[in-house]
Amino acid sequence: MFDAIKEIISTIKENKLRTILTGFAVAWGIFMLIVLLASGNGFRNGVMANFSSRAVNAVSVYPGSMSMPYKGLPAGRNIRFDFRDFNMVRDKIPEVAYLSASMGTNLTVSYGEEYVSLRANGGTSDLAHINNIKIEEGMGRFINRIDDQLRRKVMVIHPDHRKILFKDGNPVGKYLTAGNTVFQVIGVYSESQHFNSNNPPAYIPLSTAQTLYNRGYGFRNLEFTVQGLTTFEENEAFNTKLRERFGQLHGFDPADRSALYISNSAQQSIRTQNMFGIINVFLVIVGLASLMAGIVGVSNIMVITVKERTREIGIRKAIGASPAAILRLVILESVFVTTCAGYAGIVLGVGLTELAGYLLSQSGGEKGETSIFLNPTVDVSAVFLTTLLLIVCGTVAGLVPALKAVRVKPIEAMRAE
Amino acid sequence: MIKIRDLNKTYFGATPLHVLKGICMDVDEGEFIAIMGASGSGKSTLLNILGILDSYDSGEYWLGGVLIRNLSETKAAVLRNRKIGFVFQSFNLIAFKNAMENVALPLYYKGVGRKKRNMLAMEYLDKMGLKSHADHLPNELSGGQKQRVAIARALITQPQMILADEPTGALDSVTSGEMIRLLREINAANGITMLLVTHEQAVAEATDRIIHIRDGVIGGD
Repeated sequence: MFDAIKEIISTIKENKLRTILTGFAVAWGIFMLIVLLASGNGFRNGVMANFSSRAVNAVSVYPGSMSMPYKGLPAGRNIRFDFRDFNMVRDKIPEVAYLSASMGTNLTVSYGEEYVSLRANGGTSDLAHINNIKIEEGMGRFINRIDDQLRRKVMVIHPDHRKILFKDGNPVGKYLTAGNTVFQVIGVYSESQHFNSNNPPAYIPLSTAQTLYNRGYGFRNLEFTVQGLTTFEENEAFNTKLRERFGQLHGFDPADRSALYISNSAQQSIRTQNMFGIINVFLVIVGLASLMAGIVGVSNIMVITVKERTREIGIRKAIGASPAAILRLVILESVFVTTCAGYAGIVLGVGLTELAGYLLSQSGGEKGETSIFLNPTVDVSAVFLTTLLLIVCGTVAGLVPALKAVRVKPIEAMRAE
Repeated sequence: MIKIRDLNKTYFGATPLHVLKGICMDVDEGEFIAIMGASGSGKSTLLNILGILDSYDSGEYWLGGVLIRNLSETKAAVLRNRKIGFVFQSFNLIAFKNAMENVALPLYYKGVGRKKRNMLAMEYLDKMGLKSHADHLPNELSGGQKQRVAIARALITQPQMILADEPTGALDSVTSGEMIRLLREINAANGITMLLVTHEQAVAEATDRIIHIRDGVIGGD
C-alpha cells in the first residue's frame, strides 16, 4: 500500500499543474456541496429557532363565538372557558402531557424609583414546559404547584424587566409593587431563543391572576403539549376530536370553526420541516451536480494521463505487471487525487461555514435577535458520508481510464514514440 | 527450454498478414542465439510470442515444459515476471524513475519488499558498474549506461531467459561490442538463455548460433 502511494505520488509529480487544476474542480464541487448543505441547515435552524419559543408539540385552544345555531342554541353566543374545560382536557384527553390555562393582564410594576409596564401571564407550573421557558442560571425558579395552590403573589420576570428595575442587582426575593398589590420576584427567565416581541411577558400563578384580575374564575385559553402525534394527519384527527369534546361541553357544532380556535404548532412544524426537506433535496442535487462536473474532469484527465503513459504502462506490463496491478495504479491515482482535493474542499467548506456560524452567533448573541440564519454548519455524519462519496467518485472516475490502460498492448505501447 | 512446433500467426488488418508460417525451433538451456532477418520477416513477432507479449493462432510453444497458449493476462504477467527478462532497442526505462527504481520495478510486481528490492537493485547496478549512477534519471545516462540499466532490470528477477530486441540498435559500435561482451559474460556466468534479435552481422557472429527468418519461416540455422 505504501509502495502504491509512492508510485502515485511520483506520477503526480510529473503532472503537477494538470493534477492541481483537476483537483481544484473536485475541491470546488465538494466545497459547493458543503456550503449549500450548510446554508440549507442554517436556514432551517434559523426558522425552526423562531418556532422554539414553544414546544414543537404544543397546542393552544382559544374560545370564540358560535357562527351557526346548534341544538336550539342561537348563533353569536360567546364561548367562555372555565375549570370544567381545564378538567375535561386533563381527564378525558389522554394525549395531553403538560397542561396550563392562561390569562393575561397588563400591569405597571415598580421597584423603588423605577417602573415598567408589562403583561403578566397567569399560568401553572406546566407552562414552563409548554412555552420552553428556561430560568437563567442562578436566577431563582419558575412558578410551582404550591404557588398556584396558595395563590401566592409571586412573579417570574424577563431580563429586560430586571435591567430596568434592578440594573445589575439580583432581583430574586425582592418585592414589586403593582397598584395596591405586592409581588415577590421568584425568578428571571432566560431570553435566549425566546420571543421576538418588544414586550415580553412576566409570569404569575394562574390562581393568583384569576383571584386578582378575573373575579376568581375562568381564563382566556388553554395551552398544552401532546404526545404520540407524529404525522400531520394524526394531528388533524386530534384537532377534530378536540372540537367534538369542546362542542359537547359547550353545545356547539364541531364543524363550527369560529366557536373554537386551535393553534397546533406540531402541524406548523411538520409543514415547515417538509418544506425544508424539499429545499435540502434541491440543494443536494445542485451540490452533487457541481461535484459531478469535478468528477468528470478527473475522469477526463485520467484518460489523457493513461494515453500519455501508454508506453510506460506497456513497459510495466512487459516486466510483469498484472492487469489488476495496472487497474490499481490508475484507480488509486484517481481516488488519491479526488480524495485529497475533496478533503481540501471539505476543510475549506466546513471552515467557511463554521466561521459564518461563529460570526452569526457573535452578532446575534449581543442583540438577542433571532436571525433567519442560525448555525449554518453540517454535522460530522455528513462529512463522513462525503468522504465515502469521494472514494466512490474517484473509483468511478478512474474506472474507464483504468480499463483503457489494462487493454494497452505492451508491444504496440513500447513501439509508440 | 524452448520448443516451438508449427507456429502460425496472422495479423488481421485491412489485408490479413500471415507473418509466421509454421515456425519450428528448439532452444536448449544456456544457449546464446541470434535471430536474424530482414525487416518484415517476422522476427519481432516471433520475439513477442516468445516473450508472451503476443498470442499465436496455431501450433505449440513450450517454455520450460509449460505450454504457453491461451493464458490469462494475469498468468502471462506472472510468467513474464518470473521467467523472462526483456532488453529493448529503445531501452524502455521509465523516465521519471531513477536507475535504481527502474531496476527494482520487476521485483515490485513480484511482491518483494521495498528494502530488499532496493538492496538487490543496487547489487545488480553494481554488477553493471553503475552503482555510482543509481540515483540518476534515464535522461542523465548515456545510451550504453541506459542499456546496462535495462539489462540489470532484466536480470533482477533471475529469469531463465533474456529476450533482447535489437539491444545494440541505438548504440555506437564500441558500446555495442561492450554490450555483447556483457551479455556473453552473463550467459557464461549464470547459464541464462539469451535470444538476440538483430540485423547486425557483427553482433550475430558474436553468438553461438544464428537463426535466420525469411518470410515467416526458418530459413537457416
